[in-house]
Amino acid sequence: MADPEIPQRQLTPAEEARRRKRSIAIALALGAWVLLFFVLTIVKLGPQILSRPL
Amino acid sequence: MTSLTNTIGPDAPAPAFTAVGGDVPDYFALLKPRVMVLVIFTALVGMVVSQGHVAPAIGVISLLAIAVGAGASGCLNMWWDADIDAVMTRTAQRPIPAGRISSEEALGFGLFLSVASVLVLGLAANWLAAGLLAFTIVFYAVIYSMWLKRATAQNIVIGGAAGALPPVIGQAVVSGSVGIESLVLFAIIFIWTPPHFWALALIKAEEYARAGIPMMPNVAGPASTRRQIVWYSIFLAPLGLAPVALGFGGLLYAVIGVVGGVGMLAFSVRVLKNREGEAEKRAAMGMFGFSILYLFALFSALLAEQSFGLFRPLV
Repeated sequence: MADPEIPQRQLTPAEEARRRKRSIAIALALGAWVLLFFVLTIVKLGPQILSRPL
Repeated sequence: MTSLTNTIGPDAPAPAFTAVGGDVPDYFALLKPRVMVLVIFTALVGMVVSQGHVAPAIGVISLLAIAVGAGASGCLNMWWDADIDAVMTRTAQRPIPAGRISSEEALGFGLFLSVASVLVLGLAANWLAAGLLAFTIVFYAVIYSMWLKRATAQNIVIGGAAGALPPVIGQAVVSGSVGIESLVLFAIIFIWTPPHFWALALIKAEEYARAGIPMMPNVAGPASTRRQIVWYSIFLAPLGLAPVALGFGGLLYAVIGVVGGVGMLAFSVRVLKNREGEAEKRAAMGMFGFSILYLFALFSALLAEQSFGLFRPLV
């Protein structure tokens, strides 16, 4: 949350656009991060996981 | 040497323009993408010359983690060296000195990626590889950037170890250990680094002096630096053939190693002889450019021999 003691200024349209692009990039990076751990888990488990005794 | 009090490191005066956050490509630039490509390439060669097997997906994820770790150390280097970068034409347009990204942001970005890359490599491959990556990041960001670079003319000699470690990490990923193959590749990059960088430093000596960086030409003088370039090249040429003697470099590698080694010697002698004006610049830039080609050719030969069935043993 913004500190009320520090005066805030309006972002310019260019700065807003940059922030939006950064937000999208962070979202994509987080998605890739999740996908990476999913792939890693599947590969580490290996095919044997399908033939384990139930 | 010029006093650098209050002008170095993160306590340096802030640039006139305070960053409100850069564009996405600025954050990518913080990772030194060209260095990342070199790191991926040398780590991959370290993997293919190793005994052992790793699932392709694990190999790709490991290479990605190694590349991101290298990028993180580059980011931390840019955070620490923003004051130096600002006074050198080659680096003045980097995101921090140009005011597009604040140094606090770069620090946070670099630290996060450092921890994340080590964690991913440890989980994907093994903790030896992850430990080596962590050591590489700390060595480059702390030992080289924060200490050696501003303290001694041997900065890039010792600091070169960080750039030489990726093949060792690559071998650790595949085999879970460190063997003679990757140690030889480490030695080749380590000995290659000084003549490569000093060739550039000969041309950029004035800029390094202005930034207060004790590069070899500024401390020992250009004549001594030229002699040292020749000595390192004399040592590098036969060392480049060590993979042949050890049996993991074949005929193709041997040919490239011999031709490249002779080329390195020839270019170093040219640097030694041409000491003034345009001829000096041409000789130094020739050495700088050829040294990149030499290392790239050596590692490409190993990759081609091991991955595309071109290996013809000589010993």
